[in-house]
Amino acid sequence: MSILIDETTRVIIQGFTGDKATFHAREMIAYGTNLVGGVTPGKGGQRHLDRPVFNTVKEAVKSTGATASLAFVPPAFAADALMEAADAGIRLLCTITDGIPAQDMMRVKRYLKRYPRDERTLLVGPNCAGIISAGKAMLGIMPGHIYRRGSVGVVSRSGTLGYEAASQMNALGIGQTTSVGIGGDPINGSSFLDHLMLFEQDPETEAVIMIGEIGGPQEAEAARWVKENMSKPVVGYVAGLTAPKGRRMGHAGAIVSTSGDSAAEKAEIMRSYGLMVAPSASQLGATVAAVLGGASSRR
Amino acid sequence: MDIHEYQAKELLSEYGVPILPGAVAYSAEQASFSASELGGWHWAVKAQIHSGARGKAGGIKLCKTYHEVHEAAKELLGKRLVTHQTGPEGKIVHRVYVEVAEKFERELYLGIVLDRKAERVRVIASAQGGMEIEEIARTAPEAILQTIVEPAVGLQPFQAREIAFGLGLNLKQVSRAVTAILGAYRAFRDLDATMVEINPLVITKDDRVIALDAKMSFDDNGLFRHREVAEMRDLAQEDPREAEASLDNLSYVGLDGDIGCIINGAGLAMATMDTIKYAGGNPANFLDVGGGASPDRVAKAFKLVLSDAKVKAILVNIFAGINRCDWVAQGVVQAVRDIGIKVPLVVRLAGTNEAEGRSIIASSELAITSADTLAEAAEKVVAAARAAGASGSAAKA
Repeated sequence: MSILIDETTRVIIQGFTGDKATFHAREMIAYGTNLVGGVTPGKGGQRHLDRPVFNTVKEAVKSTGATASLAFVPPAFAADALMEAADAGIRLLCTITDGIPAQDMMRVKRYLKRYPRDERTLLVGPNCAGIISAGKAMLGIMPGHIYRRGSVGVVSRSGTLGYEAASQMNALGIGQTTSVGIGGDPINGSSFLDHLMLFEQDPETEAVIMIGEIGGPQEAEAARWVKENMSKPVVGYVAGLTAPKGRRMGHAGAIVSTSGDSAAEKAEIMRSYGLMVAPSASQLGATVAAVLGGASSRR
Repeated sequence: MDIHEYQAKELLSEYGVPILPGAVAYSAEQASFSASELGGWHWAVKAQIHSGARGKAGGIKLCKTYHEVHEAAKELLGKRLVTHQTGPEGKIVHRVYVEVAEKFERELYLGIVLDRKAERVRVIASAQGGMEIEEIARTAPEAILQTIVEPAVGLQPFQAREIAFGLGLNLKQVSRAVTAILGAYRAFRDLDATMVEINPLVITKDDRVIALDAKMSFDDNGLFRHREVAEMRDLAQEDPREAEASLDNLSYVGLDGDIGCIINGAGLAMATMDTIKYAGGNPANFLDVGGGASPDRVAKAFKLVLSDAKVKAILVNIFAGINRCDWVAQGVVQAVRDIGIKVPLVVRLAGTNEAEGRSIIASSELAITSADTLAEAAEKVVAAARAAGASGSAAKA
């Protein structure tokens, strides 16, 4: 098992025919993703990478039965594309796009809430690396070859730091179920908490590593939930101990503005809720190995 | 992105927020001339820097004559103003705002922010204006009025009315405050702001409601659709290296340490800095070269890092996802040859084509130290910086 996607998930790409989307579509197909088509308004009826292109997401869903979409749409048009996917009934929506205005994301999230909870689209991103279920399928831009099948769930705000965690685990013989990048923007489609809940329900996931950074309240919220509801061990890490207050560290959301925003405070909150916190980014794999204990030798 | 008070007032006034007559000046002559053009009996000469708390730092002068305006502007222009928000290095005043001064009865606080937890816009007000909101929150949290805006419909008049009545205003003042609050909200929404702060919002004896100070910050991601706002950017108020980096689409933040950092990805960059600290060193900067670390960008990154004289060693840490390590390695080798880097350099390449990348570095015959893991890279660069520091005159303990 894994969460969110596997090799059977029917996937489309919005902005399918663009250069970047084409490059990553090839990678996704090579990894085993069931890519069933894509959407580019005005190019409906054409074929691209031997798959059908549609004008609208509704047409794509109707004709391919797609349930997941990866949106490769420039920032100015991203909010529109995300709402279109939600309206067409896409259940899992991921967007890589960096640079979507925060107020657009606010409206997108409000729009998603117009559907009843059990029909609601789960949005992953924006400004993230995507989702990969090791050895099965990927919906994103990560280098697939650095992941291997195993028992640890990864959820990270940063893309490259998620890669770092996977590679440290691999070096210790620990594989992953699914790795999710929730993105570095101030308003994320889904939070650490959303994915921790899914990992808790996934029988194959034995432990989770949650990789946060400075800014925003969601690490603390997730850590509390772990304490109250989670049966599996969770390793935490928060990047940005050396970040000065009030300065934006690359990601739009990575800024220490109020109390509880700093890396030290978040790490302390995680510890107080019983998470094992990696003392340094170079210890991500080792800390996971420690919580897995003897279990990791099973591979 | 931040803008100056006079720019924020210009924008807010277009949305119906009342302000006093004023004009920006770049010289003392221009300031006293503006005062005479504006009319009135008294003027405030206000230093325009990207910081609050200017009054306490001596950045706001009340003047009774044109001559006083001239002298106040002369004193402020070119001065380095240090407030508790600017840090010890302060900010240089290049512009002053000359504004007609009026007596007022009450000072209120009005703020509009993007609330990350609620994922909504939050309007905040307090009857205790003139103080910083953080201070009000600490000393008298019950004095803070708040309302959350439903994004589908925007701020409604009843919400603004609740705030205005909550501030204890009379009927005439309420209707004017509602206009100001709704106007400030519309400016926030239409211009992709992340913060509007009117502190104080003052009430005059004749029941007028006026924004006496104004601060606005904008979502960098929204600037592409607001050229008039983007043009208000004042590079002189930013760290010169950070400003230069942003023009090349690199994100750079200068720090106090001596180890230069070039990393792809914001999260990995922060984590690498933390690992340097963990290994006993101090990072000199945050620098994210982005996903496509092309040779050109790598070269720019090196120049930027080396422009900080404190840098004693550099760590390049690239985890290649969509780009390739061999490509990054070529860029590093090229940059080292072209720029002639004199400080020790540690390079850690991981991810796609890492073996090829490492062999390019190894076969370059340049003095580059390779590292396989993050921990190893941090240890090596800390040791290199220490050795470089010890060979210099001022070795640190």
